[in-house]
Amino acid sequence: MSCLQTIQDYALRSVGIGERLLPRSGFTICEQVTLIGSGMIWNVYFGLFALLAGFFLATAVALARLSPLVALRKPAEWFIFLFRGSPLFIQFFLAYEAFVLLPKAGLTLDLIFVEITADTRWLTRAWAGALIVLFLNTAAYTAEIFYGALRSVPRGDLEAADAYGLSGWARFRRVVWPTMLRLAWPAYTNEAIFLFHATTLVFFSGFPAWQQKGDALYYAKYFADKTFNPFVAYPIVAGYFILMTLVIIAIFGLINRRLNRHLPPEARPRLRIRPQVVR
Amino acid sequence: MFASCADPSTLEGLHWLACYLTSGKHMAFYASFGTVMALLAITAPAALAFGFAGAMATRSRLWPVQWLGRAYTAMVRGVPDIIFFLFVPIALDQALEWVRHKTICPDWTEPVRRGSDFVVCAQAKLPLSSSPQWVHDTYGFALAVTAFAVVFGAFAANVLHGAMRAVPRAQIETAEAYGMTHAQAFWRILVPQMWIFALPGLSNLWMILIKATPLLFLLGVQDIVYWARELGGAKTSIYAYPHPDWRIYYFLGLLVFYLGLTKISEVVLGRLNARLSHGQATLAGEAQRKAAA
Repeated sequence: MSCLQTIQDYALRSVGIGERLLPRSGFTICEQVTLIGSGMIWNVYFGLFALLAGFFLATAVALARLSPLVALRKPAEWFIFLFRGSPLFIQFFLAYEAFVLLPKAGLTLDLIFVEITADTRWLTRAWAGALIVLFLNTAAYTAEIFYGALRSVPRGDLEAADAYGLSGWARFRRVVWPTMLRLAWPAYTNEAIFLFHATTLVFFSGFPAWQQKGDALYYAKYFADKTFNPFVAYPIVAGYFILMTLVIIAIFGLINRRLNRHLPPEARPRLRIRPQVVR
Repeated sequence: MFASCADPSTLEGLHWLACYLTSGKHMAFYASFGTVMALLAITAPAALAFGFAGAMATRSRLWPVQWLGRAYTAMVRGVPDIIFFLFVPIALDQALEWVRHKTICPDWTEPVRRGSDFVVCAQAKLPLSSSPQWVHDTYGFALAVTAFAVVFGAFAANVLHGAMRAVPRAQIETAEAYGMTHAQAFWRILVPQMWIFALPGLSNLWMILIKATPLLFLLGVQDIVYWARELGGAKTSIYAYPHPDWRIYYFLGLLVFYLGLTKISEVVLGRLNARLSHGQATLAGEAQRKAAA
């Protein structure tokens, strides 16, 4: 079977398009690269959507944590502590078990709303359940970063905003928020990188890979288990992740440049990968 | 455990629960918390040693060593740690078996990799198939510890390398002006001073290490996640203690355990940081001085 044929068969295997059966024996390099690359679709999907949604929740949580109101501050503190203080792996397991129990627990309600019973099942699937966990998790980590950045917004900036007569939403939107992003961006880049790394945990925790549609590491482990040779499949998936890390750094670097476009290039904060926010 | 637990089917309520929670399997579950603690206790110093070696290699003036150190510190930045957790134990196992195979059975002519099999002669197996179960368990645990030490050593190397660079350059220059050799300046001046700069990073690393311990489950060690799944799953009436699916309660228990562990660590590390900052010419030390005055 030629490599082109393999790519046609397996490039979209992880989302259920193409050949249904996975290769069983005589694995070629081409098959491994294609199938593991196909699994990367899931890693990108989880990382991208969790990051996008988590960004907004994180801003809200960071603001709530800074609020003088105890009713807002305490829940925000607990939320951050809960998701940063426990392993993501356990969070996945717990969420999965909770989602599995959900239809049974909601039985009394279902007598009135019959259609809800069938509907909660999708939460036990990885595409929704794991995404929710990753979203909440990254929101907590990002909220901590944003909280730190909000606290270091220079007082002079706020005084200048007051002098211009800005207040409330306008002050937040035009002064506080951009400054917060500027300060938080290097740390947030790290968070993004390690969130993408954390997506590899999904199919190794509670969430089963339905119809063998898994992520890159799921397929890498499939090959490593079948061939009993870890020296091919794992380097391939590592290569994919190095590529993705470089892409993330490039994209976040562009945004960093845009955020600091008022500064001379040498005064802009540089993005460096520091393994500080691993889960 | 208790004599009254001999026939669980007659028990009710709290008494049933007391017997249930002290059954033999639950004792194994509680013991597995010890496994996690043992992993932490062994891995933390091992990772620190790996990290120190890595950071030293990065500073080496021999370029192959420096290159090796850089590759080691960079590896965890681009590649998810879980890949290493899956890769290192099996790769190490095969490497060890291969070396033993080459030395013990040199007259074996067939290749080690045959299709999708990895075959070494029976005497080269690790551990030998005749050895008792505890040897297999210990070997598996040792491989897991090595994987953790390698990965967290790379994280620690990042932290320590940064800390070494944070020590003021003038300190080393002064040492060299006093006629100390390169090695003397490193061991007597740089190393004692770098810890205060390394502490925030190392505390963070400790938190990460705590949160990585459930990954032992992926390495086939019978740790707390394994037992939580095992004990929590629904038990039919053929079991001594039948119950529905209770996994969510077991995982809630694990969650509380980890939250407690991180909270305690946070408090202890905060105190340690305060003590080490005392009298230091850093921002934290300055704040302490002002608060006291």
